Formats: sequence, C-alpha cells, structure tokens
Amino acid sequence: MNRSSFRNWCNSGEPFVWLNAGAVSLSIIMVVGLILLIMARGLGHFWPSDVAAFDYTDSDGAVVALAGEFIDAESVPRARLAVGDARVPAYLDIIDRTLVRIGNRDYTGFDYRWVLDVAMHNLSYPAQIMVIERYEWGNFYGYLTAIKEDGAALHADPDWALFQRYIAASQQLLGEIRHIEKSLIGAVNYDMERLRLKERKLALDGAPEGSPAHTQIATQRVALQEKYDGYTDRLAGLYEQLNRPSFMARLADGREVELAFAKVVRAYRPNAMSVTDKVAFYFEKLWEFVSGDPREANTEGGIFPAIFGTVMMVMIMAVLVTPFGVVAAVYLREYAKQGPVTRLIRIAVNNLAGVPSVVYGVFGLGFFVYFLGGTIDELFFPESLPAPTFGTPGILWASLTLAILTVPVVIVSTEEGLSRVPRAIREGSLALGATKAETLWRTVLPMTASAMMTGLILAVARAAGEVAPLMLVGVVKLAPSMPLDGNFPFLHLDRKFMHLGFHIYDVGFQSPNVEAARPLVYATAFLLVLIIICLNLTAIKIRNRLREKYRAAEQH
Amino acid sequence: MNDQTNPDRAATLTHGVNPATLAGSAENLSLADETPCINVRGFNLHYGEKQALKDITLMIPEKKVTAFIGPSGCGKSTLLRSFNRMNDLIDTVRTSGEISIGGEDIFNKSVNVSELRRKVGMVFQKPNPFPKSIYENVAYGLRIQGVNNRRTLDAVVEKSLQRAALWDEVKDRLDDNALGLSGGQAQRLVIARAIAIEPEILLLDEPCSALDPISTLKVEELIYQLKANYSIVIVTHNMQQAARVSDYTAYMYLGEMIEFNDTNTLFTNPAEKMTEDYITGRYG
Repeated sequence: MNRSSFRNWCNSGEPFVWLNAGAVSLSIIMVVGLILLIMARGLGHFWPSDVAAFDYTDSDGAVVALAGEFIDAESVPRARLAVGDARVPAYLDIIDRTLVRIGNRDYTGFDYRWVLDVAMHNLSYPAQIMVIERYEWGNFYGYLTAIKEDGAALHADPDWALFQRYIAASQQLLGEIRHIEKSLIGAVNYDMERLRLKERKLALDGAPEGSPAHTQIATQRVALQEKYDGYTDRLAGLYEQLNRPSFMARLADGREVELAFAKVVRAYRPNAMSVTDKVAFYFEKLWEFVSGDPREANTEGGIFPAIFGTVMMVMIMAVLVTPFGVVAAVYLREYAKQGPVTRLIRIAVNNLAGVPSVVYGVFGLGFFVYFLGGTIDELFFPESLPAPTFGTPGILWASLTLAILTVPVVIVSTEEGLSRVPRAIREGSLALGATKAETLWRTVLPMTASAMMTGLILAVARAAGEVAPLMLVGVVKLAPSMPLDGNFPFLHLDRKFMHLGFHIYDVGFQSPNVEAARPLVYATAFLLVLIIICLNLTAIKIRNRLREKYRAAEQH
Repeated sequence: MNDQTNPDRAATLTHGVNPATLAGSAENLSLADETPCINVRGFNLHYGEKQALKDITLMIPEKKVTAFIGPSGCGKSTLLRSFNRMNDLIDTVRTSGEISIGGEDIFNKSVNVSELRRKVGMVFQKPNPFPKSIYENVAYGLRIQGVNNRRTLDAVVEKSLQRAALWDEVKDRLDDNALGLSGGQAQRLVIARAIAIEPEILLLDEPCSALDPISTLKVEELIYQLKANYSIVIVTHNMQQAARVSDYTAYMYLGEMIEFNDTNTLFTNPAEKMTEDYITGRYG
C-alpha cells in the first residue's frame, strides 16, 4: 500500500468505523466474559462431584487415609514448598498439588487441605462413601455403619433407603419445629411485645392502675401465655422424638463416630449416582440456594432473605424516587422562570450524581436515622423508648438514602422528556381551554412516561448495585426477620434487612471459611447481576411500549 | 392605476380562479351590513423590542369566513393568536389596544383565559392530534370541562366527527391511536376536536399548508359548511384558497393592516397598490 492510497483509506472514514467496532466488541466481550466467569465459578459449586478415597504420605512420613472432593489443582515451583521434602523426587522442579475438601471439621480441624499429587496412593472412588450436609461443622465424608435408636444399635450395616427414610422423618420434624418456633411463637412474642408497649403507653398517658384497658391487657396476656405454654409443650415432645434416633459412621481413617439425625440436612453418595441423579440433585441444591435461609455464618444454605431484601429495597426506592424526581423536574422545566438560578440548580443536581455514595450513607445515618427517625420515635413511639423503633437503621432509611442518591438521574431524564414534548401538542391542549396544569397532567406527563422510565431504569441499576451507603443505614449480615411477614401490619419498614451486595462482601471477606465461601461469592454475584438484568428488562419493556405509543407524536 | 374596466384583469388577479366561484360573489357583501364578532381597535403587539403588530383596527363579522393574507412575517398569525391569547405563552410579549369579543375586552383582568379559549377554538398549521385514541382526542375538550358521561361523550364525538366530515372514515376505529391517521384526516380530526366544545369562533392558522391537494379540498369544503355555525378566521399563504373559501379578506404587510374588504372586491379591485402587487405576484 503506498502513501496516497493509505491516505485515501484514512479519508474514507474506514479506520474510524474499525475503531468504533473494536470498542463495541471489546465492551461486549468484557460484559459477556464477566458474566460467564462468575457463572462458571459460581454455578459449578452445586454439582455433586465424586468423592475420592486415597492414602497420603504426610510430610513427616506417616501414611493417613483421606477422603474428599477435588476442588482445585495448581502447579507450584519447588521453592514454594518446604525445603527438602522427602516425598518429592529431586528431579521435579514444578510440583502439582490438589486442593481437597476433606470436610469433617469437627474431627480433623479443617475443611480443606492441599495435597501433593506425588504423595497420593491407592486412589479409588468407593460407591459406599457418603456426603452428609450438616447444620453445623460443614460437610461430613464417611461410611454409614449402623442406625441407633435411644442409644441402642437397631440396624447394623443398614440399607441406604432406610437411612434416607430416617432423614426424611427428621426433616419433617425439624420443619414442624421451625414452624412453631418461628411463625407461631414468633407471632406470640410479637403480640406480647405489642401488649407491653400498649401498657407502657397507658402508663405514659396517665391512665390509673386497674382501668378497663389494663384488665383487658391482662386477660390478653394470660391467653397469650397459655398459647405459648401449649407451644413449648409441643416443642418438647417434638424435640424428644427428633433426638431419639442417631447413626454411626466410619471416617476415612477408620474412626467410628456417632451423629445425630437432627443435624443432617441431606445425605447422598455421589459415586453411586447416575448423571440424571446428579442433575436432579444439582437443581435441588440450586433451588435451595435461591429459596433457602443461610446457614453457618452465611457460607452454606440459601440467600433468599438477601434476594428479598434487595428487591424490596429497590422497589421502595423506586416508589419514593419517581414522584420526587418527576415533581422536581416538572417544576424546573415547566414552572420555574428559566434563568441563572435554574441553571445553578441544574448544575447542582447533576453534581449530586457525582458525590461518593458513602457520603450519602453518612448523611442518611445522621439525618434520616438519628434526626428524622429519632423525632418520629419521640412523637409516635414514646412507649418503646429508649429502644428505638425508627431511630435505628432500617429498610425505609436505606431506601430513602438510595432515593436521594438516584434522584438526579430521574430529574435529568424527566426534564429531557419534557423538553421533547412538541410545542404543538401543548398549544393544542391549551387552545381547547385546558389550563397549564390540565395540559401537563393529561397530555404532557403521559408523553414523558417513557423518559421517566429511562430515569428509573438507570436509578434501579445504580441502587441495586450500591453497598457502601447501605452498611450505614440498614443492611445487616443476618436479619432475624424479613421486612414483610404475617404479623400485623405486615410491612415493617423499620426492620433491618439483608442485601446481596453486602452479602457478597460479607461472605467473601468476613467469612471464617474462605475456601468454602468463594464459590458462593460468585454464585451470589451472578444472582445479583441476574436480578438487576431482570429488573432492567422489565422496565425497558414497559418503556419501549410507552415509547412506541408516543413516538409518532414526537416526530411532528 | 386602478383600471376597473379590464375584465381580463380580474381573472389574472385571482390566479385562474373563476370569479363566479368566489364565495362572496353570489351575494353582494358589505361590511356595513354585518354583525361584528371580533372588534380590534388600535391593537399593538411587541415581541421584546420588536413591534409585530402596528395599530391594527378591524371588525371581524359573525358567521362569515375572514381570511388574512400577506407575506411571511407580516403578523397575520400573531394577530390570529391574539384572538385566543395564545401569545400569552411567550414571556416577552407586550400588547396595547383592545380586542373585544362579545363586547368584552379579552385582555381585561377579569377574563378567564381558559373560558376564552373554549369560546375561540383554534386549529394549527401542522395537524397536532394528541397521542391518544381518536375518540379521546375529540372528547378531550369535554373531559377538561369535567364531562365524563359516556353517552354524552359518544353523542358529541359522533356529531363532531360528522361535522368534520371524518365520521365515515374512522367510525370503525375510534379506539385506534390518532397518530395513525393521514395528514388530512388528522387535520380534520383536529377540527372535530375544536368544534366538539362548541366554540363561537374558529381560528384556522394555515390549516392546509401541510396537506396534499385532495385533503386541502376536503378541508376547504368543510370550512364552507362550518360557516353556517361558526365565525371563522383563516390565515393562509395560498391566495386561491383565500379567494375560494373566504367572504372577507384582509391583507397585511409588516405588521400593518393594509386593506380589508369583501373578498370579491379585494381580489378584483384592490384599493391599495401594495395589495394589488401582492395578489398579482409582483411582490418582492
């Protein structure tokens, strides 16, 4: 290619097209790559991989039997290992090692162990080896030997199906117990607390002792106490039933241990499972992850409360931010006299979007929680003081803080939408005798709806991914109860809540068991991205419908 | 210069329009015989420093079609938009003088602008249907007045669309979005929308400039029919149209009212040299 044809090529604009296309492809590759990465890392976690049993030569020469799942493998230079490890042949410079999840934390002290591949012998995948997910101490790997009832061995070398029946029975009992403890006794406690507050309020109002209101409270309290006693009796019976059976299992190193059925979530033998069994199991685990409560400091079980908290907070935020942003934009664009002052306000609004989000968190804590919440408590909930009701971080304050954080986006896009409504439409309405307000309400605002939705989409995307301010105004590691439940008044805006973004931070960086938590971090991140995508897609769909409806009018 | 005896000249002046088809030609119109509908007296209008209307005085007759003609920027639209105070929307506008409708000065502080605009309907240059259904477009004005009775609305919508000669074309798709109508249909819809609230006066601001000849013809026929019930003021760039549809014509130039007379006289025998230059195409 000579010089002039190169110049021609440059002048044709082709390089610019290539540059643009390159930038677009790079963005797409990054987005898709990111999603694929977190998907692969996160979703693989739920697959029941085979459990290997092998003999292993320790660094001090002793041979131990181990069993576990292979999690990860890497090659490390010899220098990273202890100098003069006798197990490693001298000619090897690069040594392969494998991360094995050996479980049995209560017996061996740790869940994961790096083993050198050269020191592994007699590798096998016995069909009889079982994995037990437990409510405490993580996974258990071992062989089932006997089932006991009331401490006496009932079935030696029991049938696997029988074992599963025992687990199913204990699961059912546990479900019942949980229902009584959480829902029924929870409701009684809630009512008790309300009675206490009522009494306190009566005292604050100066009602004399022994007034009809007092006796009414007393009788209600007696009824509740009776209900409570009934529940505890039932619970005691259930617990006795639950703790009766237990089972014996042999660890890989030959130790026999006794385990309670009450601690078992589920048991399975991955080596004996067919591919279809594994797929079914995989989806069961996935469903548990999406719909279950977290266990073991959030490193096991599900993340449903976090999903629920995130979605609910975003929705409350959307409900708060839309009217506020729209009203502000309408005033700025339609009513305010355009001039230096409105220009200044617009600049200020745009700059608000650039303030670091943690600053909003501090503001929310100081203004909403302590000042606004404290004032509300003094005025409306004096009976529960000094314990705060609204004067403490909660979902309402978190949503409000995020609403302030995202309001500039809504204002800017609504203003843009208002400016796109053609003059002819406004004049047409005014010429029919409509006032300015009627014109706005009946014609202009409906035509701006798609722009408002655009603002809302941007606001939701930003709010759902925000973590830093939430840590100050309402998000917790583990919320005891959801902001929406069966106790009157059902929606508890004062409660603290869990959030996927914070969950990722908590599990990834604050967890005692980092290796176990890592796949969960990816899975949670994937779910968060998925939820944001879903929220956005819904909003985009609504917006496109609106836009379609009004597009022709804007072209006039 | 006024050579009234040349019969060919009349034909030239009306650009080939047969004088017999002129609206006012059948009867002998005279401004003195008409009932006044809008009275403009010494009206001035400024956009900021620039004066757009200079000392306009004119009487618009009732139940007749009055056309404003003149070159672009002569103030005819501004004058039209003064009749229903649409110019209020522009911050920099100042007015003086008087425009009275039904004997009352419309710039009086006690006048409710919304009520004035209900009395004085307006149709704009470009069809501007709302992004709503055809039905809701016509019912808009009534809904603003708080009429929500379905039967009343149905009756008014049908009557208005019929009077606007649109009923047969849209009666089966009243719930379709009005933005799907063609330009001519949309303009007739806008006229139906304007007459649905029963105004006394209808202001048409170049209603056919964005339409094709066939749609234009339909709108002109419509104007001719509407004359029986409404006083109509039309602004147009098209002199043939003015000649065809109007009873009276006003020629404006640079914000001044140059000549106002019955259409026949103005086109065949203009009193002013400027008028004659304009209508014979010698302007500019």
